[in-house]
Amino acid sequence: MSKTTGRNIGKIIVIIMLLIGAVYAGFPVVWMFLCSFKPNTEIFAYPPTFISDTFSLNAYRSILTNSEKIRFFLNSYFVSSVVTILTLFVSVLSAYSFSRFEFKLKKTLNMLIISVQAVPPITLLIPYFGLIVALKLYNTYWALIFTYMVFTLPYAIIMMTGYFNTLPKELDEAVMIDGGSRLLALWKVLIPISIPGMISVGMYTFMQAWNEYLFALTLTKTIEMRTVPIGIQQLMGQHSYEWNEMMAMSILGCLPVLLLFLFFQRYFIEGMTAGSVKS
Amino acid sequence: MTLKSRPGSLGKRLTPYLYLSPTMVLMIVLMLVPIVIVIGYSFYDNVIMNKHPVFIGIKNYAEILTDKNFHQTIYNTAFFTISSVVFHMIIGLTFSMLLNSKLLHQTTRSIFRVIYVLPWVFTAAIIAILWRLMLNPNGIVNYFLNIFGTIDSKVEWLGSRDTALYAVTFINIWSGYPFYMVSLLAGLQGISIDLYEAAEVDGANSVQKFLYITIPQLKPIIVSMAMLDCIWTMQQFSLIWMTTGGGPIRATEMLSTYTYKLAFSKYEFSQASSSAVIILIFSMLLAFIYVRKQKARD
Repeated sequence: MSKTTGRNIGKIIVIIMLLIGAVYAGFPVVWMFLCSFKPNTEIFAYPPTFISDTFSLNAYRSILTNSEKIRFFLNSYFVSSVVTILTLFVSVLSAYSFSRFEFKLKKTLNMLIISVQAVPPITLLIPYFGLIVALKLYNTYWALIFTYMVFTLPYAIIMMTGYFNTLPKELDEAVMIDGGSRLLALWKVLIPISIPGMISVGMYTFMQAWNEYLFALTLTKTIEMRTVPIGIQQLMGQHSYEWNEMMAMSILGCLPVLLLFLFFQRYFIEGMTAGSVKS
Repeated sequence: MTLKSRPGSLGKRLTPYLYLSPTMVLMIVLMLVPIVIVIGYSFYDNVIMNKHPVFIGIKNYAEILTDKNFHQTIYNTAFFTISSVVFHMIIGLTFSMLLNSKLLHQTTRSIFRVIYVLPWVFTAAIIAILWRLMLNPNGIVNYFLNIFGTIDSKVEWLGSRDTALYAVTFINIWSGYPFYMVSLLAGLQGISIDLYEAAEVDGANSVQKFLYITIPQLKPIIVSMAMLDCIWTMQQFSLIWMTTGGGPIRATEMLSTYTYKLAFSKYEFSQASSSAVIILIFSMLLAFIYVRKQKARD
């Protein structure tokens, strides 16, 4: 067997395996997409319809004209954006400290930040319930924003510290020799160079906040405070399983994350792996 | 900075802490304090519901640890976690190696990478609903299994005690492998080609190259991913809650849903706290091993 035939056979095997994998990974998503254009009566049709003759955007229309459902999206956008901005701001300050200073508790605090990531949300949920009521934050955006930050900050700090560590100290020292303060050095020099790292951290933070379910379920109560994951859940059982609407809402609900991912794929994967592989 | 920093001055020593203060305040109020509270709760009798709870020592723990349902929960969580981690690893490694194959064009690889990463962009609520639709007795999965003759009845995957645990594990495997895949892909791209070339000169075949170069080179990534995945999967709540709610009849009850129900359906906040502390201890043990492994590598 010559080398080229060997390569060709190898290539065919790889492609067949890739296609099988693609069906496993992608078919459920395609099915979700197809179902969102069907009338609800056709969802469980036998045999199943793939491209429906009765293709319609009704499911989308009914979600996008319902102010209650639009509110879920606005809530999610608002909470996730605020969490992302605050997380970036706070984590940059902390990362700067870890990266540019030597101090007594540095090792201990760093270790705490790493291990805090393992604390189960369910453990915190019971005390949060009382604590959030006591802080008068129950059923407010701030209840979600602050509790989400507890879970987004550690990763963001670890990532940003790693990023700053790769930048030479001479950069910010140059600014400070010119009479600038540390904050100026951070703002004028470090942050602009760190934009790729911040995009990756910001995306990950946004995704975490956008997807959060447990706290949103327990720390908010009224329908106008609910976020998308809870909203999707509430479509079930409210009126007898509008599957097409649930699928349409799922598509709309994953759009921001999907778009973020497609635009910033490279940053995201680099950042993600840097964080998980070396923290 | 308003604090003028002179070498060795108090101001200078405090500066790093000043930068850290927002994080520290948040972590103390919403992490340290709650943990202290939940540990405290777990030693009292019926907190929150009772205005004057009584200290009862470890009675809550004794009750939980001897509860038959809790044992079932531990078994379910262990099965769910271990199967998920193992299959995440196998699928993640297979897909990453396919995507890294030098036989394919760059564009082909990027297209498949996007497809393979898809399950990752969906939140648990969406994944739960999607699979409830697909695994419905009249759903598409049963349809295909019928055509290919694997089964001939309409299986209620999520609704039957015999299959529910396997079904939720399957869903979790589907939703979680991209995380491994993406990390392992970066790991694979980081392995020096020289290693493979040297092995080829020595006459190594693909299997040998895989076993003696790829696996050892990826081992650090695989180990840390598996640790993280163990911690996260063990704590999984939303996916279970929205697919089966722990049912039918506790067949898919996990530590997290068990705790949640104790607190928010039975209002047994003290027992729920002890259960929550038990999960915390498990998680911290795993985290401890993880941090030690990381340190050993540095």
